[in-house]
Parts: sequence; structure tokens; C-alpha cells
Amino acid sequence: MHAGDTIFALSSGAPPAALAIIRISGPGAGNALAALSGGLPSPRHAVLRSLQDPDDGGLLDRALVLWFPGPTTATGEDLAELHLHGGRAVVRAVEAVLARMPDLRLAEPGEFTRRAFLNGRMDLAEAEGLSDLLFAETEAQRVAAIRMASGHLSRQVESWRQEVLRLSALIEAELDFSDEDDVASGVADTTGQGIIALASHIGAALQRPRAERLRDGIRVVLAGPPNSGKSTLLNALVQREAAIVSDIAGTTRDLIEVPVGLKGIPFVFTDTAGLRDEGAEVIEAIGIDRARDAMAVADILLWLGPEGQGGARAWEIETQIDRIDVSRETKTAARHRLSARTGIGLDGLIDDLVMTAQTLLPGAGDVALNARQHRLLSECTEALDRAGQQDDLLLRAESLRHARLALDQLLGRTHVEDMLDALFGNFCIGK
Amino acid sequence: MAARMGARTALVSFTRDAIGAMSCNPAIGGLGKGHLVREVDALDGLIARAADQAAIHYRMLNSSKGSAVQGPRVQADRKLYKAAIQRMLGEQDNLHIVEGEVAAIRIESGRVSGVSMADGTSIAARAVVLATGTFLGGRMFRGEERLEGGRIGEPGASLLAQQLRAAELPMARLKTGTPPRIDGRTIDWAMLDKQPSDSDGWTMSPRSQGRSVPQVFCAITRTCQQTHDIIRVNLDRSPLFSGAIGAQGPRYCPSIEDKIHRFGDRDGHQVFLEPEGLDTHLVYPNGISTSLPTDVQRAFVRSMAGLECAEIVVPGYAVEYDHIDPRALDHQLQVRAIPGLYCAGQINGTTGYEEAAAQGLVAGMAAAGQVLGRQIELPDRATSYLAVMIDDLVLQGVTEPYRMLTARAEYRLRLRANNASDRLTGLAIGNGCVGDERQAWFERRQRAKAGLLTALQRPASCAELAALGLPVKADGARQSLQDWLRFPAISLASLSPLIEGEHDLADDLIAEIEEDAVYAPYLARQDAELRDLRANERISLGGDIDYRAITGLSNEMVERLSLARPETLAEAGRIRGVTPAALAAILVHARRQAA
Ligand SMILES: Cc1cc2nc3c(=O)[nH]c(=O)nc-3n(C[C@H](O)[C@H](O)[C@H](O)COP(=O)(O)OP(=O)(O)OC[C@H]3O[C@@H](n4cnc5c(N)ncnc54)[C@H](O)[C@@H]3O)c2cc1C
Repeated sequence: MHAGDTIFALSSGAPPAALAIIRISGPGAGNALAALSGGLPSPRHAVLRSLQDPDDGGLLDRALVLWFPGPTTATGEDLAELHLHGGRAVVRAVEAVLARMPDLRLAEPGEFTRRAFLNGRMDLAEAEGLSDLLFAETEAQRVAAIRMASGHLSRQVESWRQEVLRLSALIEAELDFSDEDDVASGVADTTGQGIIALASHIGAALQRPRAERLRDGIRVVLAGPPNSGKSTLLNALVQREAAIVSDIAGTTRDLIEVPVGLKGIPFVFTDTAGLRDEGAEVIEAIGIDRARDAMAVADILLWLGPEGQGGARAWEIETQIDRIDVSRETKTAARHRLSARTGIGLDGLIDDLVMTAQTLLPGAGDVALNARQHRLLSECTEALDRAGQQDDLLLRAESLRHARLALDQLLGRTHVEDMLDALFGNFCIGK
Repeated sequence: MAARMGARTALVSFTRDAIGAMSCNPAIGGLGKGHLVREVDALDGLIARAADQAAIHYRMLNSSKGSAVQGPRVQADRKLYKAAIQRMLGEQDNLHIVEGEVAAIRIESGRVSGVSMADGTSIAARAVVLATGTFLGGRMFRGEERLEGGRIGEPGASLLAQQLRAAELPMARLKTGTPPRIDGRTIDWAMLDKQPSDSDGWTMSPRSQGRSVPQVFCAITRTCQQTHDIIRVNLDRSPLFSGAIGAQGPRYCPSIEDKIHRFGDRDGHQVFLEPEGLDTHLVYPNGISTSLPTDVQRAFVRSMAGLECAEIVVPGYAVEYDHIDPRALDHQLQVRAIPGLYCAGQINGTTGYEEAAAQGLVAGMAAAGQVLGRQIELPDRATSYLAVMIDDLVLQGVTEPYRMLTARAEYRLRLRANNASDRLTGLAIGNGCVGDERQAWFERRQRAKAGLLTALQRPASCAELAALGLPVKADGARQSLQDWLRFPAISLASLSPLIEGEHDLADDLIAEIEEDAVYAPYLARQDAELRDLRANERISLGGDIDYRAITGLSNEMVERLSLARPETLAEAGRIRGVTPAALAAILVHARRQAA
């Protein structure tokens, strides 16, 4: 792999889709764009062009094209974008033409991000946002990832960092210049209040839904005794979007996880071993333990067993309502009554799942955190809590320094000098 | 330092008499600065011992705050201080004092070979340390007056300044200032608040035996609205505002005209009236450094309480001088472009005696090491303020005179004024720059410390502590005496009935052990950070990197990196504005270059 190559890749989700975006980055991006579209458009303006195969003049697509000369581009290099119609054939044809061009090659996974990062075009939080974008498969994932990549999180974290710096500066002024009268008094109280406010602010962000929910999907676990209709229901739910369902064989022989998109929201349905208390042989018993673990971490638990035995969070589901012939279990307070076989009640369940999922996913204005970001922000709030409980200003300053380090790590930067600037911008100190 | 390490050393100055002269306020120490003094002392430098021999007023700044930010400070009698320094220099073997002006550095085949004097003679040397202070191209300002020189009544070093500029070293100008000196007999002391010398007997150097000189008190007055009005009306007569001085002065020691200009809304600023010595009437008004014309100085001084009839003996002035961009130096303070040439003190863009002393010590140690062919070990940011300062200087450069602050040291909880010996004396012994007496003292101290720490490992229960009348919760677990020390209400003295064996301990050692216990959880948390630091410190960036060839670095980063020439990844990471992305690019480039 050479950093000097020109690379291209489909940068939107897998076709078919309404739109497919191919990006070309590197010193040959301009030539490639000109060869396809008959000339370079003016920088940073979307124009409609016919894309032709330079070898035989065959029309590939009518597409929006954009030209971004480096280095102030997303990757720090010359960059071209082709917004194609999202059919599979179109995308494949354009990729084939690009691959034939000299010095152009298909990008490695994450290579755009890496170039952007190495060329200093994004900080760590932004790079992570982008890497999530590469995984994005559904609309909701894409929107959240874009939001993060465009610096939403960075800006938010930066504002917290500024507040930590401000609080530190107040304390440092007291520590380094207290014998000179030009420093505001009551620093312990002011900073104490500021620290509590900031900690609760960041704490609220930590409470918000996590980015993993977007990437990995909402966990819906189907549970109940053996033969209660779990598998049938699972199949019924999954079949609706069969095109993007892929079975991932469970690592255990008895948990089956099926990721599926419903109305643009990612779900992972988990079918569990039937639960029974007695008579299970060893292997089945292990399966049952795993089922209980899965239930414990479920975002939504669909309970198909005897009413009231699925736990307080469970959704009581009454199944097989089309079967009048058998003596089936009825529930007095079922959240849904349905028949997986005929489809009665299934739409209601799906609507309910989607609506509930929306409350569990990052909302439109929210910043979604991934595991690393979550860990660093937790470290930050822990440090702030320590700072808040500490009356000794020196130790409070040390804890604030830790809080700042965590935020710095999130943004990928560290410097004592920033703090000194904040200090001297605001005070008349020294003599 | 060099002489003590065994190198034949010449100390050249305009006049022998000026050695040990204090240019400005005869105060030594303070916040951050006091730490430097203790560190220089731990490396067996002279400043702390000389300060103790001359101190007429002791004050522990921040005494109400955590011990890591407490700053010992003394007011010294100028004459006594100078006498102490000259006496100690006189006792030093291998040291020759040479009077005269250094006119040029002699350079042969790219490295230093000595100095040429203004009188035509020359001195051969394999290493030269420049410590020109405010004298290099020095120019003084007071109102409309201009004087050549680095200190009032003393000549400047203009020949040397010309040579350095011609050598294409990165030179720049900075300025500083000093307040007028007042005749103490014309001050109405009775109406002012007084500040006595601290009564507990601490000293600047743990090697000093208590207070040797009578103690005096300082007094406090304030500027008022009238003071500010007088200054404001005359601002255009200050060279700082008329445009005569372009150089940047210290934000931390602003002139009074700066304070009025920038913080005009304040109704007054504190001014400390500090006696300059026992047998002089001169008083140093700390807080009103100025370069206004003499008549304005007199008027505004007299607007302050207690100073209504004050007479100015020497008016204040500002001085502008040449300094070298310290990014041209390596961590040993050697000029990268001229091997054998070292710079220390104000010439490197710092301000203050303590900062100068610390650098002089490092430069002297490194220069002697080079000449004697000895490997010198230098402390790092986690073990000293001294290294924090040098690292800041050579990596970040200066935009204003650099003054030590505790906030600059990220690991300040471990860098306490009290534990300087523990941090540095061992290293100094290894470098061969510690006198026999201190070495013996240090070894005794370390033995005593080790003995006590062993005794403190003895576990003790709550009941045992409660029996001593100590405020402990009954449900607390059994833990070592050292862990018990973490609680604020528990001191070493209070635990003494539980400590086995006889321990004869100095106060500073007791303080050090108690503080270590209190800070232990914080220090443990820093350990991971230090591991990272030291790991990155081991990643060498190798030879000369052409930063312009690295794609993705902003022009600003290229400029900063090219000037500072970091040797390791950790150093590069500390340069301001260098992002992790840029670091990654630099590392990739360095690796590719090495391959
Ligand atoms: C007016 C004034 C105001 C100051 N105000 C403050 C302040 O507010 N706060 C603060 O912290 N510090 C202040 N200082 C700074 C403090 O005095 C210095 O930082 C400190 O003394 C620097 O030490 P040094 O060893 O680098 O140089 P200096 O103490 O200046 O010593 C330099 C010595 O080198 C000699 N010398 C120079 N050039 C030559 C040559 N070519 N040949 C022979 N001898 C030479 C000089 O004679 C002098 O003895 C002030 C200094 C001055 C002059």
C-alpha cells in the first residue's frame, strides 16, 4: 500500500439504493474525473455530467460530479465525487472503468479515513465517526455517522474542554498568584459549582443512547419455553426484509442472531433456547444459561411463555391466535396478539418495535458515542466528581487535569499552554 | 558547577564586583521559583545557601494551600548576598575569575575554541557558556531618556551582540523593567500594614543552619484612583506606549502602566514595600515596575498611602535586550549550530534569578561533561521544574520572558520544594557535581528515610490508633502506618508510639514522607501517564527531518517543528499545535526515512 496512489471506492451503502457515491482521492483524481466527465468542473460545485467510458465512449450514467482540489479536502488530497444512480450495474460499470485507469486502485477498507487522519484533516473523534460511516448499512446509521464526522461531537467535547480549562485557570490563578491581590476570591465555591454543572452535563450525554446501538442494532430477544413459537415468529419478522438479512451462525449452538433492518432501523433478533427448569441435559442447560444472559442484555424482550414469568421488562406476546383447535396459552394483558403464520398482528408488533427502537437510538440532535468515547467521557466525569469532592485546590486542580486529559485524548491533543492562555486572558496578575 | 566537576573553568564578567549582583528585586524564590531554588540546591548549586546567608525576611507563599504549591521566598540583603556568592566562588578549586568584556566567540572548524576579549587578549576553551543577562545589546528606557547598557550604570555587550546577529543565530528582543527605589526614611511606615518574617525557622537550603541575619518586616500599600489618573494621563510618555519599545515584556510582571492600560477597571493594585538590606535605606516597591519619566514616577508614587513624602533615590526604567530563540538549543542548552557553545539565563528568553541559576547549572554540567568526556544524566519533566523549564524553552520557544509557574509542571504533585533532594541529589552525585559534604549529608538522609519507611510498613488497627486518641472510624480496616498517614488528622508525630526503632529525622524529611502518603493515590494515577511519556521519549525521530516534505502538516507546524527539531516522538507531541494526526504523519515519515 502506498500513500501516493490514487484510490477510489464506493463510499455510500451497498447498492441498490437511490444514490451511490464513488469517491476518488489522490494525485490522479483530477485526471480520472476529467477522463470520465469530459473536463474538470469548477471546484466545490455540483454539476450534472454524462459519464462516459473513455475507451469506447459508452454512456455510463448521468451523474452529479464534484471536484475538490487538495489539500483542504476531506482526505487532504485532490478529491472527486461521483453521485451515481444507485443501481448495482451502474456502480459496477463505473468501478470497472476506474480500475482500468493507470495508477488508480480500489481503496483498502478505511483507507480514506486513514489518509484524512495522516494528512491532518480530522481529529480522532471525527475519524471514528467516519469509520462508523463505513460500516453504515441503514439510513439511521448513516445520518448519525455523518453528524459525528462533521464535527458534532468534536465541537461538543471542545466546549466541555473549554469549560475545564476555564475552571483550571481560576484555580491556577489562585495557586500561582494568590499572594497578589489581583485574583478573584471565592474560587473554591465558583469552581465547585462549575464542576458539578459540567459533570452533570457530560453525565447526561453519557446517559444518551450509544453509537453501538446504531451500528450493532437494537437487541430484540425472543424467549419462552420450548415450542412456544419463537422460531416461527422470528422467521416471520425477518422475512419481511429478507434482502438484507444475513444469518450469522451463533457461536453457540443454541443462540441464533439475525440482524435485520426494519423501516431504516437496525435490529438484531436473537432466538434463544427454550427455557425449562427441569429435565434439561448438560448442553441444553448451558444453552438455557446463555438464553438468560441474552435476556438480561436485551433492549426489548419478547416473552412467549406463561404470562408474568418473563420478568418486568418483558413484552407479553400471545402467539398462534389463528389456531382455535389447540389448547393454547392465552394472556390477559398481552402487549401483542398475533399469528406468525397468517401475519395477523405482525404489523402492529413491528410498528411497536420501530417506535420503541427510536427512543433507544440517538435522536436527530444527539451525539452518539462509541465505546471508546464513552469510556473517556466516563473517565472525565469520574475525574470531575473527584475534583468536586476535593476541597484542597491543588488536588482539585490535579483531578481537573485528569478530566482535561480524557477530553484531550478524545480530541487527540494535549497542551498545558492552552490553559495558561485561558489564565492570562482573564486576569490581571503578577507585578 | 563545571569547576566542581573537575574542568578548568574561567568566569568572565565586566567587573569582579558585579558577580552576585541582583539586578532587580533582591528577593529569591516564590511560587514555582522557590522550587527551582530548592532544585538548584539539591544539585549543590549556591543560590539557596547564599540566600540564607543574606535573608532578612522569610515568607512561605501559599502556606495555606497544598504543600506541592508552597513557594519559599526570601528578601535578601543585596550586599550580604553578593558577599556570600563571592566567598563561595573564592573557595572553589579550578575556578578563575577574569575581568573584562567578551567581544567575540571564537569558532574553529565549526566548533567553539574560546573567546576573544575586548582588550585584544583571548581565552582558549573547548566549551563556552554564554550568560549575558540583559546586557546583550542592552538598551535602557526611561521616559524620553535612552541609555546603552544592561543595568543602570553598567555597560552593555554590543560587540558580542553584533557577532551573534551576524552568525545568523535566531536572535530577538525582549524587555523587562524595574521600579523606582525609594528612601525608606521618607516612608510613613506607621500608617501601613506590616508583614513580618515567618517565625518558624525554615531555610532555603536544608543544609543551612537556621536564620543567620536579623529579620525585618515588609509593608503593604495600594495604588489608588489618583495614581491611575496620573499614569493614564502620561501614558504617551512611556516608551512602552510611545512605540519606542517594540519588544514583548513579561505578562506575569507587567509594568504599572500595562496594568492600568489593560485592567483599567480595577480600583487599585497592591504594592509591597520591601527593604533592600540591613544597612541601606533603599526600599523596593514591588508592583510598580515602570519606565515613565522621573517626574511622573515621583508624582504617582506620592499618590499612595504612606508614600506622600517619599523620595525616589533611583528611578525605575525598562531595559530591552537581545536573546536567542531557545529552540536553537538542545536539551543540554547547547547551540545546535555551534557545538561547544552553551547559553543560560536571560539570554534564553527567561526572566528571574532562579530560572537563570537553574539553567546555568545545567549548561555548566553539560559543558563540563562534554569537555571531560563524561556522560551526563539530565532530569526530566516528571522529576524537576528545572527540566520542565528547559523542555518548554527548547521545544516551544518564547514569546515573552519565561517565568516559572507551578501550573507549567504537569506532575507538580511529585515536584515539591520539600523533596528536591530526593528527586535530584542522587542524579547529581552520579554526574559528579556534588561536594563531599552534601553527598555525606544526602546519604545519611536517605538511610534515615529508608529506615523510617521500613518501620512504617507495620500494620496497625483502628483500635491501636484510637488508643492514641486519633480520630479514626471504628470500622476501618487494618492497614500499614504509611497508609494511615494519608488521613489529614494523622501525622508522623502522632503515630510515633507505634513506630519501632529510633529515628532521628530532619523536618524536611518528615514533611516529605507525610506528603508522599497524602498524595499517594494521585501519584499512583499518574504512573500510567509517566509510562506513556517515557515510552514516547524512547521513540527517536532519528536524523534531520525535512518537515516540509511531510504532507498534511500545516505551515505553522512545519515552522515550529523545524525550529525546535524534536529528537523524540514525545518531544514532537509536546510542541504546541502538533496534532496526533500530524504526529502519526511525522512518525511514518521518520520510519520511511530510516528504512
Ligand atoms: C531592569 C531589570 C528588571 C528586572 N526585572 C525582573 C523582574 O521583575 N522579575 C524577575 O524575575 N526578574 C527581573 N529581572 C531579571 C533578573 O535580574 C535576571 O533574569 C537574572 O539576573 C538573569 O540572570 P543572568 O545570569 O542571565 O544575567 P545577569 O544577572 O544579568 O548577569 C549577566 C552578567 O554577565 C555580564 N556580561 C554580559 N555580557 C558580557 C560580556 N560581553 N563580557 C563580560 N561580561 C558580560 C554582566 O556584567 C553581568 O554580570 C530584571 C532585570 C533587570 C536588569
